[in-house]
Amino acid sequence: MKFNRRKFITRLLVLVASIEAIFIVKNGVSKSQHNSSKKELFNAGKADAFEPNGLYPFTTGKFYLKRFPDGGFLAMSVKCTHLGCVVNINNKTRGFNCPCHASQFNAFGEVIASPATRPLDIFPITIEKGEILVDIAKPIKRTSFEKSQLTYV
Amino acid sequence: MEFEKFILHLHPKKIDRRAVKFNRTFGLGGMLALLFVIIAFTGVILQFSYIPTVEHAYPSVRSLIEHSIFGQFIRNLHHLSAKLMVLFSFLHLLRVYYSQGIYEQRAKNWVYGLVLLFFVLASNFTGYLLPWDQLSYWAVTVITQIIEYIPFVGHHLANMVRGSEEVDGNTLINFYTLHTSILPLLFVIFMSMHFWLVRKAGGIALPKAEKSEKVDVVPNLVWVEIMVGSILIASLFLVAAFYEAPLLEQANPLKSPNPSKAPWYFLGAQELLLHLHPIFSALIAPIGLFVFLFRLPYFKYIDLNVGVWFNSPAGKTMTIQSAIVSFIFTFVLVYLLDHYLHFDTWFKTMPSVVTTGVIPMVLYVLPLGGFLLFLKKKYSATNTEVIMASTTILLASYVCMTLIALLLRAEGMQLIF
Ligand code: HEM
Ligand code: FES
Repeated sequence: MKFNRRKFITRLLVLVASIEAIFIVKNGVSKSQHNSSKKELFNAGKADAFEPNGLYPFTTGKFYLKRFPDGGFLAMSVKCTHLGCVVNINNKTRGFNCPCHASQFNAFGEVIASPATRPLDIFPITIEKGEILVDIAKPIKRTSFEKSQLTYV
Repeated sequence: MEFEKFILHLHPKKIDRRAVKFNRTFGLGGMLALLFVIIAFTGVILQFSYIPTVEHAYPSVRSLIEHSIFGQFIRNLHHLSAKLMVLFSFLHLLRVYYSQGIYEQRAKNWVYGLVLLFFVLASNFTGYLLPWDQLSYWAVTVITQIIEYIPFVGHHLANMVRGSEEVDGNTLINFYTLHTSILPLLFVIFMSMHFWLVRKAGGIALPKAEKSEKVDVVPNLVWVEIMVGSILIASLFLVAAFYEAPLLEQANPLKSPNPSKAPWYFLGAQELLLHLHPIFSALIAPIGLFVFLFRLPYFKYIDLNVGVWFNSPAGKTMTIQSAIVSFIFTFVLVYLLDHYLHFDTWFKTMPSVVTTGVIPMVLYVLPLGGFLLFLKKKYSATNTEVIMASTTILLASYVCMTLIALLLRAEGMQLIF
């Protein structure tokens, strides 16, 4: 095959550009992967301090901490699963309302009014020396509430 | 004269008399080019006082408004021209499409045009975030969350756009770079191609004529251009003196305003997402529309009359009727879906893809499909006119949904009636 200088240079340029593009794209993604792989534990305080059936907002940690009557803890993200607005507590239903497009969630974070399609995400909780630690870097998606999502002292 | 010679770089020396008429193009393409220039100038001025960081973005815009002479005026001009550019792009699209100016040698220019439309929307959207107020923060949050609904790649794509898991300083830097350097550069390149392709196709599309009468571009066309341009600039200055580009409180990631709407040109998409399962509204519908629009000039057409408005008198009647029917039908369907048709609560056992996806989709497609068949029969239309009616139906639906979301949705996105 005859060596074609123009074709060679064109292909070389395309190759270099593609590699650069891959790096840019990968970097954009890995920038955030890097964030989510590190553990970020939020100390919510002594477990005893929370009353059964209480609901506690932690705005800086971006979650609601719910303690159920049986003593189990659940940390739910404040982020609406529809389009990401911050949900507010609804005192009547003891659940949550979204101000943006009127989704409603019950006390377990399950959808009771669309447009949201899945329950509020939850954050893993560990209890060490009686203190509640919430891993706010790892929201977990779920399709419904299950007992296994609760953490006990 | 230098100026005259320069004009002849953009225009040929002589053009068809009919091309000079205002109601051939409504001057839309030319006004778009002028708007781009105005936006470029005002943008560069704004750039001198803007600081693209989370702490300083909002205060820098505030201080521009409060302390710079004509600061708010420059900002208004930039804001208004950008809005007009979206509107005019859409109208220009309608003009070239319905005057049958997108076929044969013009097909490629339609594709360039669609890319330009994408750039217009992308510029608007990236610019929307820069003031970093409640409006911009939550609008961008809502839109990037729509991207998340795309199956498999959605999350990564959204993270790439945001540069982060959430809208934050990374997003601001990404958007600032796109808005102030990458997109303007792309604009210049694609606009040059766009203009050149208009000339390469022998000027704008005109119906075949026995004999065409040529006139000099200077002064005939240039005179019209200067008039239209002056009127546009004067109107912009006048409105910018009274209309204030909005600036709410500084962005607060902990508190969503009620309601939080997407920017107005994406409201149709947001409306769709309220009624249709994300697989349909964030994937199938956009990709379908995308493919349809890009392929539009390349279908096999029978009896194509390039340059004739609506192709034929029957085409015109069909276009008007499908626009009206589609608009009203979409409106009624949205109303019913909001108030009465709650398939997801009626058929709890079925997957939501069916109850909120397939069923509403069928409710939309079947009646309108039937209507198309009816039109085809009634006017014994060719596929050229039927495809035009289909395009009209899609466009009218989008306009209808945009208007509903813009005007009829209040707190909590409830319909106000
Ligand atoms: C930045 C945005 C744009 C600018 C500055 C621009 C500019 C122009 C100009 C100056 C013309 C000459 C005729 C006229 O004035 O109407 C033209 C023609 C044309 N434009 Fe655009 N345009 C833009 C966006 C678009 C879009 C969004 C589309 C459609 C998707 C489009 C498709 C076309 C086509 C197909 C023609 C040829 C029409 C004919 O020959 O009759 N352009 N454009
Ligand atoms: S973001 Fe909560 S309902 Fe849309």
